[in-house]
Amino acid sequence: MSDAPQTFVLDGEAVEFSPGQSILQAALAGGSYIPSLCYHPEFKPHGSCKVCTVKVNGRAAASCTTPARAGDVVELQSEELQDLRKNLVQFLFTEGNHFCPSCEQSGDCQLQAVGYELGVVSGHYNPLFPTRNVDASHPDVLLDLNRCILCELCVRASSIVDKKDVFALSGRGITKHLVVNAESGRLADTALQLSDKAMSVCPVGAILRKRHGFATPIGQRTFDKQPVSALAIQKAQAKTTDEGTR
Amino acid sequence: MHSADPDLAAAVAAILTHHRHDATRLVQILREVMQQRGYLPPATLTQIASALHLSRAHVEGVAGFYAFFSCHSQGRFRVLFSDNITDQMCGSHELQRRMLDAFRIELGEVSRDGLVSVGRTSCTGLCDQGPALLVNGRAIARLTPARIGALSALIRGGQPVTEWPENLFTIDSHIRRRDRLLSTPLLPGEGIRAAISRGRDATLAEIKRSDLRGRGGAGFATATKWDACQKAPGPTRFVVCNADEGEPGTFKDRELLTHHAQQVIEGMSVAAFVIGAQRGLIYLRGEYPFLIEPLEAVLAARRAQGLLGRAVAGAPDFDFDIELHVGAGAYVCGEESALLESLEGKRGIPRNRPPYPVTHGYQGKPTVVNNVETLLAAAHIAKQGGAWFRSVGTSKSAGTKILSISGDVAHPGTYEFPFGVSMRHILEEAGARDVQAVQVGGPSGVLLASHELERKLAFEDVPSAGAFMVFDRSRDILSVVDNFTRFFAHESCGFCTPCRVGTTLNQQIMGRVVSGHGSRRDVKDLIRVSRLLKTASHCGLGTTASNPITDALAKFRPSFDRRLASMDVLPAFDLDEALAPAREVTARDDAAAHFSEPETTS
Repeated sequence: MSDAPQTFVLDGEAVEFSPGQSILQAALAGGSYIPSLCYHPEFKPHGSCKVCTVKVNGRAAASCTTPARAGDVVELQSEELQDLRKNLVQFLFTEGNHFCPSCEQSGDCQLQAVGYELGVVSGHYNPLFPTRNVDASHPDVLLDLNRCILCELCVRASSIVDKKDVFALSGRGITKHLVVNAESGRLADTALQLSDKAMSVCPVGAILRKRHGFATPIGQRTFDKQPVSALAIQKAQAKTTDEGTR
Repeated sequence: MHSADPDLAAAVAAILTHHRHDATRLVQILREVMQQRGYLPPATLTQIASALHLSRAHVEGVAGFYAFFSCHSQGRFRVLFSDNITDQMCGSHELQRRMLDAFRIELGEVSRDGLVSVGRTSCTGLCDQGPALLVNGRAIARLTPARIGALSALIRGGQPVTEWPENLFTIDSHIRRRDRLLSTPLLPGEGIRAAISRGRDATLAEIKRSDLRGRGGAGFATATKWDACQKAPGPTRFVVCNADEGEPGTFKDRELLTHHAQQVIEGMSVAAFVIGAQRGLIYLRGEYPFLIEPLEAVLAARRAQGLLGRAVAGAPDFDFDIELHVGAGAYVCGEESALLESLEGKRGIPRNRPPYPVTHGYQGKPTVVNNVETLLAAAHIAKQGGAWFRSVGTSKSAGTKILSISGDVAHPGTYEFPFGVSMRHILEEAGARDVQAVQVGGPSGVLLASHELERKLAFEDVPSAGAFMVFDRSRDILSVVDNFTRFFAHESCGFCTPCRVGTTLNQQIMGRVVSGHGSRRDVKDLIRVSRLLKTASHCGLGTTASNPITDALAKFRPSFDRRLASMDVLPAFDLDEALAPAREVTARDDAAAHFSEPETTS
């Protein structure tokens, strides 16, 4: 066995990976951005949003759940795949009620940022305008399901890190929705606290801290300062360095 | 919460005890509560969650997933009309209207007195004797206006469904063509005894020699699956019989489990012997509750004969028993990894693969999941040998295929044909005339036009998991596609974005096209959505959900174009209709109060 790092080919460029890394992880660590929404570096990926879809040896696959393999040929930036990702983001805008100009998460929202990154200028399809609940019962937290993209990050964080199972998904198909762990159905009757991990993982504006909405003015927010691609690469590389020094 | 219901709480406690407070039995528990109460009240979900040490949100998640469960109060009589296209072709929508009018309600509503609610459900597997419905979970076939009248009277009378005349619930049997599998006798124990005397490896070799491929649709080599499972590490293994045939137009497993259950269970035993499994599970679709008792009786008889339990058929180190699980209305659970999730008492969401069930299946243990028909074939092969099975069929498709034929044919029913038979031959035997199209393999399969009838039934040409629906020239192909599109939107599990949103967009756009409000842009969007579904979906449901649309666009394009308005973009609603409320409040009905098309200059 040689000590040379293993590589796969991403749009013609060799990308190094360490055993166990997914294509998405290896690409980000190597400085190539793959758009994603339900992926979070601290949680086991489950591949539901499909925005990170690439072609591996000609077959479409979610890059967050596909292990990197030496010699694989991965296609990311083709016109077909760019359109596919754009279409998926349009699906998410069509499915929920996303009004960026009036949303307090604007500028901090990953859906919005990925939309900009992919050049999504409209939802394209007739919006579904679903009727969804806003739960303001909790003293510190606002739950606005109009903006939920069903990434399950809060479900996973609350279960794995917080050990509280505050959130779960119910329904199916287009009526799939987030539910909270209370017979009353009210967030106030759950064990959710501001310090919970579940409070910090929502990629959109569905789980919000009350009384913080405009503490940071528009123009100085996360994605006002740098695009989502740069930030994702930065985070991944910081994590790799972090692991390397540990 | 609201005033507690001590009787219900006691009944639920009894159900929980009966299921040993086993969280993997959650779907079974919820099913039984539904039967007792008609819905799942909030306090009951809390009670179940705490008894099973699950989070309440998790239990609510499972309760909300399955179509037969309801967290809201339903009518004391919950009527669900089967909504397959074949039911629709036999007039099910008119019959629904009749019942709705009788109780002065609309689809999905509960009557004011709480007596009755009427809704729709996906295909109930009675397409050879439709239209059909379920009332409080019990199936009624061969509906006519007179039958609807009788049912309405019984509902008004308020007698529990268990006390209704038994003849209402008879399910007919129409096995019309028998070949190798259905005409060869196999007595209880013959398959497993042959396997035991031949030995584990030699039995697997016979399965390999037979070239048997899975009958559930994917066509994976059965011997390869068994071999991989047998070689997977660990002492515990499972055999699962997938009896969740939810593909609209499929009902052959219903017949097989009615008349050949012994042999299917024999096949499970052979599989268990070969791979070294101790437990088997049958996942029966929730639409077939009439099969629960007969199947339990077959299992009990086999236990009494020493063919299940300890030392099966006298083999000292072979202990194997089988448990029956019943589904609750979710097509996606026919996908093997979703089925395993459901068996574990969870939402039926297909898993990420690899790992595959052969190494990480039920409860993470090596598991073989086989279709009913595959297991039936395996039982016969164990006795007759692989060459017997291999001697019919084509080079790539060994043996026979059992089809469920319905729609515009004189003799709907179950037919066993050798692989390689032509579509035309099948249609002739079933008595089809003036064929416009055939949907082979159900909505997820392929739509064939009349010029393709020389094609052959085979994995390498036209594969089929069993459904075979025939449409004559009087039928509107767009209604067929519309029905299938609605089906996929209803059955998408919602896990991945493309399928969750794409199936609904397809349904909306097809709805516009069928009602004459479609535009050319809509057709472009159908193609765009379909491409995304096919490429990016998480499982087979999503990748095949657009097949009816893409096939119809390729083969029946004029049917689309005739329906489209010529404009590139059209409002998605009727403009004049939208003015109706304004006319009502202003008490006007003159010409100026109506929308009129702008004059077109040509």
